[in-house]
Amino acid sequence: MAFELQKLSYAFDALEPYIDAQTMEIHHGKHHAAYTNNLNAAIQGTETEGKTIEEILSNISAQPVAVRNNGGGFYNHNLYWEIMAPQGAKQPEGDLLKVLNESFGSYQNFKEAFTKAALTRFGSGWAWLVKQGDGLVISSTPNQDNPLMDLAEVKGTPVLGVDVWEHAYYLKYQNRRPDYVEAFFNVVNWDEVARRFKG
Amino acid sequence: MSFTLPALPFAIDALEPFISARTLEFHHGKHHQAYVTNLNNLVVGTEFENADMETIIKKADGGIFNNGAQVFNHTFYFEQLSATPATEPSGELKAAIESTFGTLDAFKEAFNKAAVTQFGSGWAWLVKDAAGKLSIVQTSNAGCPVRDGFTPLLTCDVWEHAYYLDKQNLRPAYVADFWKVMDWKVVEGRF
Ligand SMILES: [Fe+2]
Repeated sequence: MAFELQKLSYAFDALEPYIDAQTMEIHHGKHHAAYTNNLNAAIQGTETEGKTIEEILSNISAQPVAVRNNGGGFYNHNLYWEIMAPQGAKQPEGDLLKVLNESFGSYQNFKEAFTKAALTRFGSGWAWLVKQGDGLVISSTPNQDNPLMDLAEVKGTPVLGVDVWEHAYYLKYQNRRPDYVEAFFNVVNWDEVARRFKG
Repeated sequence: MSFTLPALPFAIDALEPFISARTLEFHHGKHHQAYVTNLNNLVVGTEFENADMETIIKKADGGIFNNGAQVFNHTFYFEQLSATPATEPSGELKAAIESTFGTLDAFKEAFNKAAVTQFGSGWAWLVKDAAGKLSIVQTSNAGCPVRDGFTPLLTCDVWEHAYYLDKQNLRPAYVADFWKVMDWKVVEGRF
């Protein structure tokens, strides 16, 4: 069965003013849709067809570059839409907060390190909060790579990710990536991050 | 010695409607400027403090390479744009393109493919090697063919910042409009 573009669980304008409706509409309806369609085209009729996206990513080094790029783009954007929401916990709580504190010293330290990873990723890519064992680490990946890929430098389960391709912020923030990343923190759905951390 | 931002060789709105003044305000005034500023800051106290651009592109790594090559790449890109471009090559360059690619249209088709399929941020280039042979190459992020010993002749910036305000996700539409302001006279001079 082919991969499908999942619908957003909120309206395009729900993340205003932090992320604008026009950006959301093009990001989801054009970019994410293209990754989904291109992934399906790349695996159609191959033995990869029918595998889960996680299975595909875990052995991505054996795949053609079109599967790496579009499979990553498909998965990463699914995660990105889900870890954002107009509602939901605005700060990490409970076990997740405890592990964030253990791993980074404080929530503020975590936020600074994650922001730095997002701002120093040169070109297109993502910054991640990654579950490794019982702990959390921060990484960034180029283009549409992610920590589930066997070729990632830092491997693990992504629980939070921010898209720093220019298409994620250019209509509203242009060259000001720092303003976009700061705004992103206002729409993180920490309930969903905690759910992913729990596994 | 420090690097300075070269002025655009045309008015900011001269390339309308193909490339908007707003895009150029950011592309030249913010992105290109930031690469210049970052480069000047990063080289302080390094072996590249007084290096020329070619040395930086060929020898530097990390932030110095990224910002240095992006200064070069953008200068190279803006220099070849014009409101009154020569829309076709002539003379020896025309002959070289036809002998390598068959026709100008075949060359453009291959170049467009390189520009559209460069995944993520990067550049498409027409380059000449030491023997004078032409080819099309793609580079990612700040990648620059000078580092690989090529002489660059023509380039198209396919970072999203080059077209997102005007064309959003439609990179092929941007590349099509790029040709309408790309001055073959400049490319001939480089050749
Ligand atoms: Fe994206």
